[in-house]
Amino acid sequence: MEDYVIEMLHITKEFPGIRANDDVTLQLKRGEIHALLGENSAGKSTLMSVLFGLYQPEQGIIKKDGQEVKISNPNDATALHIGMVHQHFKLVECFTVLDNIILGAEPMKGVVVDRAAARKKVMELSQRYGLKVDPDARVEDISVGMQQRVEILKMLYRDNDILIFDEPTAVLTPQEIDELMDIMRGFKAEGKSILFITHKLAEIKAVADRCSVLRKGKYMGTVDVANTSVEEMSRLMVGRDVQLVSTKDESHPGDVVLQVDNLTVPSKVSKKDAVKHASLQVRAGEIVCLAGIEGNGQTEFIHAVTGLDKPSSGTVTLCGRDITHAPIRRRSKLGMSHIPEDRHKHGLVLDYPLEYNMVLQRYWEKGFQQGGFLKKRVIREYSDRLIEQYDVRSGQGSTTIARSMSGGNQQKAIVAREIDKDPQLLIAVQPTRGLDVGAIEYIHKQIIAQRDAKKAVLLVSLELDEVMNLSDRILVMYEGEIVGEFDPKTTDVQTLGLYMAGAKRMDKEG
Amino acid sequence: MAEKNRAPRLGNSADGVSSLLASLTCILMGLVIGFLALLILGWITLAQDGNTVSFGEMLGKTWNSGFKAILSGGFYKTANAMGMGVRTEILQAAPLIMTGLSVAFAFKTGLFNIGAAGQYTVGAYFALFGAIVLKLPWWACLLASAIGGAIWGAIPGFFKAYLNVNEVITAIMFNWIGLYGVNTLIYQGGSGPMYNTNTTKTYTIKQVSPDSLLPTFNIPIGDKGYFGKMFLPTIGIFIAIAVAVLIWVVLNKTVFGYELKACGFNKNAAKYAGINDRKNIILSMTIAGALAGLGAGLFYLSGSKEWEPLVSTSLPATGFNGISVALLASSNPIGCIFSAIFISHITVGGGFMDAGIFPSEVSSIISGVVIYLCAFSLLFRSGIRKFFAREPKKAAGKGKEADA
Repeated sequence: MEDYVIEMLHITKEFPGIRANDDVTLQLKRGEIHALLGENSAGKSTLMSVLFGLYQPEQGIIKKDGQEVKISNPNDATALHIGMVHQHFKLVECFTVLDNIILGAEPMKGVVVDRAAARKKVMELSQRYGLKVDPDARVEDISVGMQQRVEILKMLYRDNDILIFDEPTAVLTPQEIDELMDIMRGFKAEGKSILFITHKLAEIKAVADRCSVLRKGKYMGTVDVANTSVEEMSRLMVGRDVQLVSTKDESHPGDVVLQVDNLTVPSKVSKKDAVKHASLQVRAGEIVCLAGIEGNGQTEFIHAVTGLDKPSSGTVTLCGRDITHAPIRRRSKLGMSHIPEDRHKHGLVLDYPLEYNMVLQRYWEKGFQQGGFLKKRVIREYSDRLIEQYDVRSGQGSTTIARSMSGGNQQKAIVAREIDKDPQLLIAVQPTRGLDVGAIEYIHKQIIAQRDAKKAVLLVSLELDEVMNLSDRILVMYEGEIVGEFDPKTTDVQTLGLYMAGAKRMDKEG
Repeated sequence: MAEKNRAPRLGNSADGVSSLLASLTCILMGLVIGFLALLILGWITLAQDGNTVSFGEMLGKTWNSGFKAILSGGFYKTANAMGMGVRTEILQAAPLIMTGLSVAFAFKTGLFNIGAAGQYTVGAYFALFGAIVLKLPWWACLLASAIGGAIWGAIPGFFKAYLNVNEVITAIMFNWIGLYGVNTLIYQGGSGPMYNTNTTKTYTIKQVSPDSLLPTFNIPIGDKGYFGKMFLPTIGIFIAIAVAVLIWVVLNKTVFGYELKACGFNKNAAKYAGINDRKNIILSMTIAGALAGLGAGLFYLSGSKEWEPLVSTSLPATGFNGISVALLASSNPIGCIFSAIFISHITVGGGFMDAGIFPSEVSSIISGVVIYLCAFSLLFRSGIRKFFAREPKKAAGKGKEADA
């Protein structure tokens, strides 16, 4: 009999209209790294929420060390020594690292917090597992990588021995990812059990022992990672063969479509400038990628280019016209399409039906309105066509309220809308964030098709695979400056990582 | 394919049905609580007078001389001679529909127009000025009242759009500025052109400028008509209903409504779509103000009440009740018609109760409870939706799988 530390047997969890988990079984061995692989909305998060006591399953049982347990809230999970590093960290920004780690589990000496004892324990853990942190730094001042180490220390401090990592590599540089992998291997050597949620197959290959695959809420099986190829795993996940690397022809850049000169954008959170004298060009028929770690000025740069925010100096030129201070509508009319970074904040009116969102950038055009009245029939037909053509799936077609759609389909709807506008310049900011392999493949193809149709594409991405895969030119942004330009054919991920982390820059070291 | 086309419409109407049922649930619970309040208050009053009544007697009293009046509203038998009760109900409902629309319209744009009372006041002044001083025909006076309200609504909108001052704060202050401004302008130390020193009110429109009064109508029942001949209801109610329909059309069928609602749902996405949010905020508040102002026109141009500048020291209740109307209607313009009539109904009915035993303010308790419960109406709505979803789900299940 195998030594399972956690078993989730035949879990079924239903939401109105959807079965998020359908008879799913997950068995975690003691001292293994177990990957949970699945596309978005395959039911990974639901399954973990069940394990954490956030949802009660309709059917199925959970066993810890062979004993059936009932987990009805997160406190029960903590009592069973289950800890989780969430994809979006749950830290108090203005607290120190030490205070964040002990928050909620403070050692007390009478009525005061015994910080000395806490510090001793935290430093011990930090040394033992090689989790370098500065206990007195404020969380808001430390890097994302260190924030993640703080989250890991939080779990260790609570003596958790079942560690769940939810998409932990999304925010890290390649170097930091390697470090994290080493740390995970260290935990494994200590006998801790790790559940590693991801959709990146290379990482599973690098670190996991076994891998359970979910597809559309159903359990597809568990495989030994060592004996299974990446292609097989991806087929299990998607249900068909997936092209993991998009193929594209040589680019033939034409005229300059977007020209940005010396753009400086003030920061909203600090007195420093978020973007400092950044310049770039995007030509027709090429994909230029702005790479960098999150929060290095890419967002502000794009906001200034698209008109959502105002730059303090510099110029933006689209197809030869100065649009530095042009209103958004004018930029749109001149041929700018924008797939925004935050699809909920900017990309969609979530309470509008899908058809209204499909015309969000063109409802005012003749054809969609007449004399100030919306032509609902035309809008419906247009929306139906986009849904069909771009394979946007939703419960009630054009009339589905956007809020009720899955993230991947919301994103597809935005991509459909922006591409179908037939732009001169397509600005795509993290167009595949949080999407599954199938949708990513699809959106990549669309972006390449735009390039091949002689459109200029400016892509912002945090995912280096995507950067390497799609772009014809790569610009790395670090602390608001463009610190390097690369040809993806002659550079590698490691080199980009050094520039992204600020360890190197071109104008100083060549 | 035919199935595919039908499904969405079902989905939307189920949405409407569930929010209607939620509102009705609120009303029912409000009435039950109102009944209990009447029972207890009546009992206390009688006990204070030294009367001892049995519980059964008390129940009967509460029903017959209290609650029945509230339920019957303007139709309450003894008070509806020559249709007087119904006339009052209609008269009060018209401005309520308008202030309700005013609040609901602003809600749709994500704004809280708490200034309907002030806009109503200024609208009243414009209407009375048009009638008493300028002696304009009724439609011109109505137009003037809308313009007055519009100005008073536009100012908070302007502050919000260009200076980012919260519209609630500005609107509350403008309520009082409006009220005392109007009092001062009408009174003018006793020499105001609209002020009648004999009655300490504004001049009666009927005597000064009969053409400024709204046309009346009658229902041909009985030999003199339902409303008799002396006191006829005005066409105000029909104007209000027509405006409600117009607002519904604007919100749901036009590009303008599309933009306004986009701003209300998600300001950032509206900006991203190139919608000028400042323009929309100002326009939305202007229109909301015009609606409230027009409401005042409908009321004061019916000639049943004059403005009393010396004693008008509280904001007109019609303005604040507009918030209740809008909430009860879930900001649906058509719903505003019904919720305004409902509130007018129980308010008028409350006045017909046996005043010796029951305080007429109980009708305010009822509408208060109903509004309070409306805060939970989302809860009711999802509960109702769940209740209905359970049944047809199995049948619809197959279609859904095919979709996914």
